[in-house]
Amino acid sequence: MPEIFQYEFMINAFIVGILTAVIIPCIGVVVVLRRLSIMGDALSHVSLAGVAAGLVFGINPVLSAVIFAVAASLGVEKIRSAISRFGEISTAVIMSVGIGLAGILSGFVTSANFNSFLFGSLVAISPFEKYLVMVLSIVVLAVFLLLYRALFYITFDEESARLAGIPVRLVTIVFTVLTAVTISISSRVVGTLVVSSMMVLPVAVSLQLAKSYKQTVVFSVLSSVFFVVTGLFLSYYLNLKPGGTIVLTGVASLAVTLLVKSSAGRFKEKGLI
Amino acid sequence: MGILEVQNLSFAYQGNLILKDVNFTINKGDFAGIIGPNGSGKSTLIKLMLKILTPEKGQIKIMGEDIKKFSGWSKIGYISQKANSFNTGFPATVKEIVGISLLANNGIFRRKPADYEQKVYDALKKVGMQDYGNALIGRLSGGQQQRVFIARVLVTEPEIMFLDEPTAGIDAKSEEALYCLLARLNEELGITIIMVTHDIGAITVHANKLICLGEKGVTVHDTGEAAADEFFSEIYGYSVQVHSHGCRNCDHAKQARCKDA
Repeated sequence: MPEIFQYEFMINAFIVGILTAVIIPCIGVVVVLRRLSIMGDALSHVSLAGVAAGLVFGINPVLSAVIFAVAASLGVEKIRSAISRFGEISTAVIMSVGIGLAGILSGFVTSANFNSFLFGSLVAISPFEKYLVMVLSIVVLAVFLLLYRALFYITFDEESARLAGIPVRLVTIVFTVLTAVTISISSRVVGTLVVSSMMVLPVAVSLQLAKSYKQTVVFSVLSSVFFVVTGLFLSYYLNLKPGGTIVLTGVASLAVTLLVKSSAGRFKEKGLI
Repeated sequence: MGILEVQNLSFAYQGNLILKDVNFTINKGDFAGIIGPNGSGKSTLIKLMLKILTPEKGQIKIMGEDIKKFSGWSKIGYISQKANSFNTGFPATVKEIVGISLLANNGIFRRKPADYEQKVYDALKKVGMQDYGNALIGRLSGGQQQRVFIARVLVTEPEIMFLDEPTAGIDAKSEEALYCLLARLNEELGITIIMVTHDIGAITVHANKLICLGEKGVTVHDTGEAAADEFFSEIYGYSVQVHSHGCRNCDHAKQARCKDA
């Protein structure tokens, strides 16, 4: 067995990392195609506030991040319906709340543990967090698969979806809650500051290759798992922060994909392939 | 009894009365055009008929049933204005786009029906797009995309099809082909068509009924009686000359008129 798998903390990191790597792009596909990427940023900032609150008040920080993010996701929907003509303001308001709270609460955090949530950590995953992430990941994946068709229809044509009898508002609220849960449970390995990038990067790679919506989802998940596994290996052997390493692996993969695609296009134009 | 009846319908948006005491009846098999200047309430009228908006006053009946209690939405097809401006980078195939309508109709949580592939193929064949099933929707031309959106509606075998400016942003040739397709669906499949358009020339060729939203309120005419430029000038509130581009290579349309400038 390779040395890396002889440590329990690394096995935990791979379990939690791969589970979150599967669910992040499932949510990310819809977030990117509905042009809601800023929502990921807003909820990750609120998650950070939740982490800080957990550390200050002695609650498990992943659990408190989930609670804060879910509350924020419902707040976004509430504000959006109150000012429907300027719905995007709701995301900005929640992001401000997240940044403000995280800034204030972090001042009261004495534990060095707080920094591990910014860019992720390999060694800090507790057994409780591992099981929490496992359960919530399965729930998020199950609900996503259940809503797969509805989300596809709403993302492509909301008005027609509504006319076809899909409960658009309810599905949208459930999806926002799923986004919040996904972001907050990803904070442990990937880190709150880079989780929103992980929603976009696998989808960006997949969009270069996929020939259908279904392929886009599948390729996004495969790309994301590749980024996380590669990032965790690099992080362990090079002694780097996992979140940053995973995201930079994603950026490098996107660059290679774009390069190969454009080169293939040029060769095709010249009739060489 | 008409397939769609609008009675004393009024609608206001933020205090502005947009539609006032509108009355008309659409019969089964009608091809009705809704025309009028920008801001006259054409899209609002369609959204009211689709229950996307709720009227201030009045009643709408679909297939004899009050719209508030109407449950047969699977028999109603709608191609929205936004369908024209969808994200062209959306990574979905033509088959996925057409099929989602069938799956939503069948129940979003249920398994695909056994005849799913056949129904999708048949719908695409009706609009002449059966060879493009695996193409990405964003890679098609505007006219082809509109045909796919029509197939998405046809797959559920609708009795009434609503279209909101379906020819916006497509070239004249594709526009002509689209009108021919709609005329064929109306005549051969008996689908009642209700469409919002600015293209008076084409709609007067193909539609048998015009719902005109103008400064003097809403009036309904047979297309034959609404032939003169003066008629449309009065509706729009400024001088209008109608130039029909007819329907070349189309056996179904009546060459009602074609007037040079």
